Amino acid sequence: MALNPEYVGRVFGPGEPYEVSRVKIADFADAIGEASELCRDKSAALRAGYPDVIAPPTFVIVLSMASADVVNRDPGLGLDFSMVVHGEQSFSHSRPLHAGDMVLATTTVESIKTLGAMSMMVTSTDISTTDGEHVCTARSTLVERGAS
Amino acid sequence: MTVKYADVEKGTELPARSYRITRLDLVKYAGASGDFNVIHWNERLARSVGLPNVIAHGMFTMAQAGKFVTEWAGDPGAVLDFGVRFSAMVGVPDDEHGATIEFSGKVLDKLGENKVTVDIVARADGAKVLTRARAVVRLP
Repeated sequence: MALNPEYVGRVFGPGEPYEVSRVKIADFADAIGEASELCRDKSAALRAGYPDVIAPPTFVIVLSMASADVVNRDPGLGLDFSMVVHGEQSFSHSRPLHAGDMVLATTTVESIKTLGAMSMMVTSTDISTTDGEHVCTARSTLVERGAS
Repeated sequence: MTVKYADVEKGTELPARSYRITRLDLVKYAGASGDFNVIHWNERLARSVGLPNVIAHGMFTMAQAGKFVTEWAGDPGAVLDFGVRFSAMVGVPDDEHGATIEFSGKVLDKLGENKVTVDIVARADGAKVLTRARAVVRLP
């Protein structure tokens, strides 16, 4: 089944605020093998001019994926999750996320294209603090292969 | 060893690196990222949907590309814009060797305000696993 083109332009979220924690940043840095002390040691982060330990650039996926999942799993969209591959991903940061940030994620469906048996959907997720400061925009392209 | 904006020019190469990935890395990444898709940890189910093996999360590969750049820049906060297209899957065998992703890269452009664009090449098993992999990085 092709993806429902009526979803283009729809906005999902924000959900509840997400508090970025030092432990979560350190866990993520460990998992990707990022060894920088700026992800673990607050005093090192302060010396480097950051308010607290900072997240690696792809950490934002933790927030953007959770936000976009609300769209992806919306039954009205018609996405077959077992056939989905990640096509493209980008992050555009105004600044790094740091521990203590309270952020909101809002996802917009930018485009839906169906080419034969393949569908492509682009979503963009805006991550901003609860005070309205933009931190990052994550753009994701999902490809549903061989949908019929 | 932190690189400085004044020291780089168009064409400056980043030191090549290779990172090994084992099944344990994928399990840790699943936990840290919240992406528990079975194709990244269950070989039986991965093969049942036509994959050659358990495959790495695309985002894990992208994170390795990010690490390749942030190690060069000396600051995980230096990467401002970062985008990739996933062009091939990285199969991760269930043995002590796992898979290896080899990274190389170079400065494409100096943008002013201490910002440079870096082009990243990522290969695993002879295939380019990322294309259009670009990062805008702020250097000291």
